[in-house]
Amino acid sequence: MDVIWFLVLSAFIFCIGAAGVIIRRDPLVILLCLELMLNGGNLALISFSRMHGGQEGQVFALIVMVIAACEVVIGLGIIVAMYRNRLRIDVDEMTELRG
Amino acid sequence: MWFEQVLFFIVAAGALAGALGVVMLRNPFYSVLALVVHLVALAVLFLLLQAAFLAAAQVVVYAGAVMVLYIFVVAYIGGQDEQLRPDDSLITSFGPLFAAAIAVELCFALIGSGLEALDTRGADVGPGFGSPGEIGSLLLRRLLVPFEAASYLLLVAAVGAVVLAGRRRGLEEEPPAPPREPAPTETLEIRA
Repeated sequence: MDVIWFLVLSAFIFCIGAAGVIIRRDPLVILLCLELMLNGGNLALISFSRMHGGQEGQVFALIVMVIAACEVVIGLGIIVAMYRNRLRIDVDEMTELRG
Repeated sequence: MWFEQVLFFIVAAGALAGALGVVMLRNPFYSVLALVVHLVALAVLFLLLQAAFLAAAQVVVYAGAVMVLYIFVVAYIGGQDEQLRPDDSLITSFGPLFAAAIAVELCFALIGSGLEALDTRGADVGPGFGSPGEIGSLLLRRLLVPFEAASYLLLVAAVGAVVLAGRRRGLEEEPPAPPREPAPTETLEIRA
């Protein structure tokens, strides 16, 4: 398979994730869509690592996985804290941090 | 050769379907399940790109551990169907348009990049490319600093999660609980 196919696929995955982040209202689903965007980036990194024949891109993708795990842990912690404080779990209603 | 192409198109269709499922399904629980499908399909794509270790990590860490975390939280907060925005809101019509614009732009950037190796199968690599041994030696020799930075990041995230989970009522202090009468028996409540 040519590398370009993988790269086009990764671009599509990234864009679907970006659309989800914009459209959806549930912060949980927004986190899922962020995962989609990170995975699109991962696929591109690994494709380029295959194209150049170097393994550093794969290590980079591994670090991106670590960062995604951290983001999930903190994001889900915030969502659970919101739920405990009886706040509505909806990004349109979350205005406490607005400047 | 043809087997690889057929496999690529099947798996790519699965990955795109999973991604669309995440965005379109209204129940968060089904969104999580669609993301699992997407992640497993991506793991197969990683295998096609000779990233064996990353494919295994994708299945074990992502599709296994992280998704279980999501499912726990969805079960905890009760995954109700999300309410839709009113149809005439700007963001509902603007979002897909924005995404389509990025997709077109990225495809133009890829095709116009002039990288000649894009139309090949990639550089010739040995059989050990992407194996756990090679990635591990790279992580512990040349890329030790990013590896250690990632481990510190994980530690900070774990401490942050404990702090977030340990706080009971947001920022205000909780009033001290009145002394409880000793209950003779504690019964376990089972909620339907």
